[in-house]
Amino acid sequence: MMIPPLDVVLFFVFGGSAIAASLAVVAQRNPMHSVLFLIASFAALAGLYIGLDSPFTAVTQIIVYAGAIMVLFLFVVMLLNAPREDVASPYGPAYVTLTTGPRRAFAALSVVLVVELTLAVMRYFGEPVATGGAQRGAEVSSVKAIGLAIFTNYSLAFEATSVLILVAMVGAVVLAKRRL
Amino acid sequence: MLALIPLLPFTGFLVNATLGRRLTKGVSGAVACLAMILAFGVSVVASMQLVGHDPAARVIDQSLYTWIAAGSFHADLAFRLDPLSMLMILVVTGIGSLIHIYSTAYMHDESDSEFARYFSYLNLFASFMLMLVLGSNLLVMFIGWEGVGLCSYLLIGFWFKKQSANDAGKKAFVVNRVGDFAFILGLALTFWTFGTVDFREIAIKVAPLATETAVFGTLSIITLLFFIGATGKSAQIPLYVWLPDAMEGPTPVSALIHAATMVTAGVYMIGRNAELFSHAPQTLEIVAIIGAATALMAGTIGLVQNDIKRVLAYSTVSQLGYMFLAMGVGAFAGGIFHLYTHAFFKALMFLGSGAVIHALHGEQDIRKMGGLKKEIPLTYWTFLIGAIAIAGVPPLAGFFSKDEILYRTFATDHKILWAIGMLTALLTAVYMFRLVFLTFHGERAVAGHDAHGHGAHGHGGGHGHDDHGHGGGHLHDAPPAMAAALLILAVGSVVAGAVGIPHVLGGTNRIEAFLEPSFHPALAGAASHGPATAGEPAAHTGLPAEAVGEHGAEVGGDESTEMKLMGASVLIALLGIGIAAYFFLINRALADGIASTFSAVYRTLLNKYWIDELYDATIVQPLKWLSDHVLWKVVDVWIIDGIVNGVGVFTRGSAALLRMLQTGSVRTYAASLVLGVVLILGYYLMQ
Amino acid sequence: MTITLTHYLILSAILFSIGTAGVFLRRNLITVLLSIEIMLNAVNLTFVAAGRHFGQVDGQVIVFFVMTVAAAEAAVGLALVISLFRHKESLSPDVFTSLKW
Repeated sequence: MMIPPLDVVLFFVFGGSAIAASLAVVAQRNPMHSVLFLIASFAALAGLYIGLDSPFTAVTQIIVYAGAIMVLFLFVVMLLNAPREDVASPYGPAYVTLTTGPRRAFAALSVVLVVELTLAVMRYFGEPVATGGAQRGAEVSSVKAIGLAIFTNYSLAFEATSVLILVAMVGAVVLAKRRL
Repeated sequence: MLALIPLLPFTGFLVNATLGRRLTKGVSGAVACLAMILAFGVSVVASMQLVGHDPAARVIDQSLYTWIAAGSFHADLAFRLDPLSMLMILVVTGIGSLIHIYSTAYMHDESDSEFARYFSYLNLFASFMLMLVLGSNLLVMFIGWEGVGLCSYLLIGFWFKKQSANDAGKKAFVVNRVGDFAFILGLALTFWTFGTVDFREIAIKVAPLATETAVFGTLSIITLLFFIGATGKSAQIPLYVWLPDAMEGPTPVSALIHAATMVTAGVYMIGRNAELFSHAPQTLEIVAIIGAATALMAGTIGLVQNDIKRVLAYSTVSQLGYMFLAMGVGAFAGGIFHLYTHAFFKALMFLGSGAVIHALHGEQDIRKMGGLKKEIPLTYWTFLIGAIAIAGVPPLAGFFSKDEILYRTFATDHKILWAIGMLTALLTAVYMFRLVFLTFHGERAVAGHDAHGHGAHGHGGGHGHDDHGHGGGHLHDAPPAMAAALLILAVGSVVAGAVGIPHVLGGTNRIEAFLEPSFHPALAGAASHGPATAGEPAAHTGLPAEAVGEHGAEVGGDESTEMKLMGASVLIALLGIGIAAYFFLINRALADGIASTFSAVYRTLLNKYWIDELYDATIVQPLKWLSDHVLWKVVDVWIIDGIVNGVGVFTRGSAALLRMLQTGSVRTYAASLVLGVVLILGYYLMQ
Repeated sequence: MTITLTHYLILSAILFSIGTAGVFLRRNLITVLLSIEIMLNAVNLTFVAAGRHFGQVDGQVIVFFVMTVAAAEAAVGLALVISLFRHKESLSPDVFTSLKW
């Protein structure tokens, strides 16, 4: 039996975990559990990024997404003492999405979406491109290269994003106040 | 200047229609009569100008404006005065003026606004009729044609508070419309065939064409359609049914519209298109046959009617039949001549009957009359003159015109039609004198009406009628306005025939020669005529003129036949008068006895052969059923309302559906977003 | 077999659909926001994979910005959730139906 090469294995492992974790996020009744599963999903994605020769992105993902955004989510969940969803399903939490008619239709909708996207992808990207080529990968996707690109080509976007964050901060503060 | 002739009465209409309510009767009546008299004056001037022209070129044109100019087709609002229309405008304005003057007295009891309304309609009618006869093309004539139909409706239904008057007006209009439809078809076909609607141009284009003796071609169809229109307007079979009912209108209206002018429009139209009709002999045969049949039928019905105006109405239908008979056998001038003389004595008799009705305060049943001879002598004598004229006793007008028609019928080998004509002449004399004897002679069937204050009527005028108060009746005779009209028309009935005295009796038949260029404009230069004076109806100077070459040639060897026929007609007339005298003067009981013996015949005649009932059953009721059950219930309720309501229902339904898009649930909105994405992706994948 | 761009894209598509399903199937606002984060991550994956495929750094740069925007959006979104919760004492999106007209 041939053991497939490491990148393939890693891809399927991380990819599968990401999918599983995401499904769990959607399926969980308790929002706290959803948040934790999402963190797991992020971790899996970070692994995928590393497989794609994008260490900076992987690390940023963990720090920003898992570290900051998810923490924020956790704060809010605990702050609100979010109640469990009232679900009277005899099948348990995992099947909550498939019990009622419209829900079934909507679920089918997402399946259709997947299929379509897959078909689209297959049609347009027939020829295989290897993800190998480490020598190229290292130069191209180093932090230095990313920094250069951000501050030269995308400098406007950078500035705008900083303004955006400022606005979001102010907005969040204002929106969450009890009394203006 | 020609445009003034229809314009003056039209102005009178405008004045009375807009200001009438605020004018007194004197003023509105004066406006209307003045308009007509002025129109008559202008007509006389124009006529004198016309006869000053060389006979071969007796045409005066006046175009008001270019109405239609499309490519090579021209139709202007244009008037043309030629001998035929000159005769007509003199008749219309002359007799029209007399009737207007008469009406000021007859309609005196109406309120101010009604009085003005009456005169506005009367003036409008006159203006349309003048437009009809002066029009130089079919379109202008058609304006007049429709307009007189409208005015007929308005005037018949003048006393609109009476349901029978409304019905009669509607009947007249609708039946006319049927004829008008045929007229329009004829007009369209004429345009298609000849590319023009101008009468002169049509005549010139038709002249060189072959006469359609063997085949019923385009010309025959055109003329037939025009003739059907004429049957509507001029009350011939099958569209005559409106005329007797039209007696619901005021009597002067009957005199003007339904005796002298409107009903003659059909005859005039045929005369105007004489060239066209001459080329369609089969249609002319139909015209002649229908004319004769109508004459006979109406004569038989008139024999038994008991309403004084009905008798005169059927008499009109009958005499119109004579005119069409004349046109049908090619005697166009003869038909127009009879039109002209008939206008005098029929208008006279209608106005006379109006005087009788006025004197008896509304009584119209002749069985309740009698003995009026002594009480309203002026009316009696003028009426009698009219009756003698229509019976065809020489030397009054009716004899010459009727005889001309009968002679020409005989001479063109229509022996059967001639026989019918003679029989009708007999019937005419009988029923007319029955009317005279029952109305004026004998004893009154009902007790006399009381007199009311007559002082104000001012009977002492210089017109020579006696004062009221003979015997116990105390009826008042015609007031001055009415009397004047009666007298002038009576004079006309006597002398009007002078323009058409045939050669046989030493005359020159000037009217035929005079009218010839109108009938055959293409041959206008052919005959040479002597100068003739204008045809002023009340005063004739007997200028001698040369004999017309054509006419002379035709009748060259038939002088003896003509004399014999003339003699026969005179005999028939006198025989008719005698029969009437016997049955209705001397031995009335015998008349009633015959009526009850032949009661079936009598009832048939009294019920006008049940033609109205026939039309009602076969045409009116099915149409009503159709309207009710199909057009209303199906088309209107289902289809049209369905569409209109359906728009509403559809809107509501789709709104109800669309409303479900806005549920307020954000999740549903998100789902529909995804649905949209899916659909669009799917679309592009399909490509 | 080699892992090609196609694999990554399909994986991304699957993750994206899962997120989409979560958005309109869950009845908890916070879970809805989490599902949105899943969708954004799927897109990030696409960008990185495509950037790697074409040998450019732009994919990662865009991911950088996406992450930033996601953070801002999460912050504001959660602030809104808090404010809504205070209003109606419920986190179910079906409760907030004022968008009907």
